Amino acid sequence: MLIKGYEVVVGLEVHAELNTKTKIYCGCRNSFGLEVNTQVCPICLGMPGTLPTLNEKVVEYAIKMGHALNCKINRICKQDRKNYFYPDLPKSYQISQADIPLCENGYLDVIMEDGVKRVGVERIHIEEDAGKLLHSDKFDGSLVDFNRCGVPLIEIVSKPDMRGSAEAKAYLETVRSILKYIDISDCKMQEGSIRCDVNVSVHKPGEPFGTRCEMKNVNSFSAAVRGIDYEANRQIEVLEAGGTVTQETRRWDDQKGISVSMRSKEDAQDYRYFPEPDLLTIVVPEEKVKMLKETLPELPNAKIMRYSKSYGLSRYDASMIVDVVEKSAFFESAIEAGCKAPKLLANWVLGEISKFMNEGTAITDTKLTPEKMAELVNLISDGKISTAAGKTVFDIIVNEDRDIAEIIEEKGLAQVSDESALEAIADEVLAANEKSVSDYLSGKTNALGYLVGQCMKASKGKANPGAMKEIILRKIGG
Amino acid sequence: MKLYEYSAHELSEMLREKKISSVELTKDILSRIDEVDGRVNAYLNVDPESSLKMAENADKLISSGEAVSRLAGIPIGIKDNISTKGVPTTCASKMLENYVPVFNATVVDKLSQAGGVILGKLNMDEFAMGSSTETSYFKTTKNPFDLSCVPGGSSGGSAAAVSCGEAVIALGSDTGGSIRQPASLCGVVGLKPTYGRVSRYGLVAFASSLDQIGSFGRNAKDVALLQDEISGHDPMDATCADRKYNSLYDNLSSDISGLRIGIPKEYFGKGIKPEVAESVMNAVNGLEKLGAKIVPISLPSTDYALSAYYIIACAEASSNLARFDGVKYGYRAKDCDGLVDMYERTRSEGFGREVKRRIMLGTFVLSSGYFDAYYKKAKLLQKRIQQEFTDAFKSVYAIITPTSPSEAFKIGDRISDPLAMYAADICTVTVNIAGLPGLSVPCGYSDSGLPYGMQIIGRKFDEQTILNIGYAHELDMGGYKRPVL
Repeated sequence: MLIKGYEVVVGLEVHAELNTKTKIYCGCRNSFGLEVNTQVCPICLGMPGTLPTLNEKVVEYAIKMGHALNCKINRICKQDRKNYFYPDLPKSYQISQADIPLCENGYLDVIMEDGVKRVGVERIHIEEDAGKLLHSDKFDGSLVDFNRCGVPLIEIVSKPDMRGSAEAKAYLETVRSILKYIDISDCKMQEGSIRCDVNVSVHKPGEPFGTRCEMKNVNSFSAAVRGIDYEANRQIEVLEAGGTVTQETRRWDDQKGISVSMRSKEDAQDYRYFPEPDLLTIVVPEEKVKMLKETLPELPNAKIMRYSKSYGLSRYDASMIVDVVEKSAFFESAIEAGCKAPKLLANWVLGEISKFMNEGTAITDTKLTPEKMAELVNLISDGKISTAAGKTVFDIIVNEDRDIAEIIEEKGLAQVSDESALEAIADEVLAANEKSVSDYLSGKTNALGYLVGQCMKASKGKANPGAMKEIILRKIGG
Repeated sequence: MKLYEYSAHELSEMLREKKISSVELTKDILSRIDEVDGRVNAYLNVDPESSLKMAENADKLISSGEAVSRLAGIPIGIKDNISTKGVPTTCASKMLENYVPVFNATVVDKLSQAGGVILGKLNMDEFAMGSSTETSYFKTTKNPFDLSCVPGGSSGGSAAAVSCGEAVIALGSDTGGSIRQPASLCGVVGLKPTYGRVSRYGLVAFASSLDQIGSFGRNAKDVALLQDEISGHDPMDATCADRKYNSLYDNLSSDISGLRIGIPKEYFGKGIKPEVAESVMNAVNGLEKLGAKIVPISLPSTDYALSAYYIIACAEASSNLARFDGVKYGYRAKDCDGLVDMYERTRSEGFGREVKRRIMLGTFVLSSGYFDAYYKKAKLLQKRIQQEFTDAFKSVYAIITPTSPSEAFKIGDRISDPLAMYAADICTVTVNIAGLPGLSVPCGYSDSGLPYGMQIIGRKFDEQTILNIGYAHELDMGGYKRPVL
């Protein structure tokens, strides 16, 4: 997609907090939202004389992501110190990885409306998170919460392969979805467990890439879209006015919807990376690398393709289900439990089930089971009960652990498909609506719907509408 | 003889035979400290009350038969860069003047569990950067053999205290010679173990890849006794080797017949005072008479070692000392104008000149554009030096050199000439760069009565052989002599 004749080039750096039980270099709990400065110890507080020891789970989690993004795994790699001063960084250096990341040279296929876009993944490395600055009206100055210090992170760096904000958004969503399926991150944007830095440049097709700007403080996917669009337009305006884009780091202000310059390339910080002498070289046995690949679950893209291929779901519906792990798991369990109408099942998952999930109720908080859902969908699909009756049953089985057949019996919800009963109803309705019959015969086809409707009404909704329609047509000879 | 004059291994037996109590012994050492420390300045902090409590505890352990360690009841001094819970750990810096750790170093835990009696914290060069204790923010320790001379450094407090009976044994740390050089200058025995033999957890880092905690004593036996207690794997330190060790003390033997010892010519020429070289060669001749085979060897890259050492050590130091920023603990400049001003003034005011010099040097060699020319080259040189030692150790079991190029120098003589000060490490830094064990033992005295030291370098994790050589030497030619104070 071009904007005013320019192509927009985007590269993304995604930071994801891993959901390991403990932090990366000490035994403190890794959890969000606990009381300030309670999940800390001398090690993550960087007290003099303390030393880090690597949590091996972090390496495993990162390798899983590496496999999911088709990366080469550097099973021998090292950790490095990134040196800079900031009050939320107690050692004044962050342990990260510089020249040899754990994973590199991968790619991710992103499903777009008009096909599949392949985005290159330059590297994935492990590092520790910093703390958080807090401000209070009661205190003149800044306070620091060190709970987040040492929370394990992976940084996923893409190649500048995306063209515009739509591809960037799809990439981010796919990355998030994978993180959730391989269960290595909680992916809670509002808790900052996934954050990104955005690199944007613009150029005319056929010309070399333009100068890029890096944007920090992008805290949601929608902010990424707004930021990329804003930044692309800003750069185009500069170029159109005859100026040049300067390489710099900018800060995205989502409230104002603008990016502002933070520092130029000349002022770029020199992090003075060097190998972390307190930690040994990481050596992951080949067997383990292989095992981690083998235990990878089916990834979201593969699921979407399978849902559309095997179950006839539209790509959109498939991706809507796959987007939420719980929905997808429920969908698959219901099929496994014998549901014969996957498309109809998908409608229920994306309709009624999504409705209560959007209100914050998990499926497991209800009495609904995949087995019952399968039974209900099959009954509707077989014409045993109407969709309306199905909704009545659904509302009951969400709240109560009851037998579906019993509910249908009790409420008298079974559809009438018995020929003679339906014929009696038809005769009655046709006799009472001679005008509509003649309307239909003179070509007003709408009248048929009216007649079927009247029959349904007379049957108190229990008639099978398809069968009813056939009988009416036969009787009036249309 | 006063109790403070006895060796640790003698005292250990006396304690077990109940000839003396730890309280009695500790009181005697405390009174020795009272008597001489006003002149020697070895200690930064002595806590008689807590020492005596530990001594009482040790006595209980001994009398109940629960004390299994030889260390139980022995008073020990600790260098002030080793973390002690609830006791100030200052690194002899204004930066940490009021810093009280909330945790013990692994070695301190080990000593406490063994029933050792911790006397207090010993003076040193600020953040272990120096060779004389003159960079200490608080005071300069004096050489017990001549109070106008330096004790060496950076573990000068440890060496001086052991030398004049203010501690029976002591812990120090050694990054480029900081145990061996002061041991040499104060006439005592000092061991820098193989990198990875002792946990560094709780040692305030100077240069993480070179730092190692080690032992001071007045003889090889005492050093072996202390070293046995502090060696061993620690899950808190990833660089600490996962190995089991035999007791150095139990296996100490003066039989060195047939042992091949290398003498590298590079350590006896330029920059080494002839009298020092002579006294070391005299000791080597003694060893030959005891049956050792003396082999001339060459370690050609020695000339570059000092440069490589200062680049690597300062690079790591610049990062290790970055945490002293005024935010969390330690010194913070007053009335600052914002964050950057707070950082700049805190670090300008809180660190001394030598520390700042090394931080700047280290920051420079890691800077983009200079990294390859300095840090990377130094690391290549390190590999070469390691290889030369590996090759040498194919034909010898130990290598002997002088420890320090000269005997103790006068206080004030070198403090304003950093390069002259750095030259004091010329014989010792290679051992850290190669990660090897090194021992310094006394090997004679100058005309003015100042001690000379001989350095015995061993194969990785072969502390036994170098201690055996030191032991044979001291039995044959005499070792430690008490300074007259």
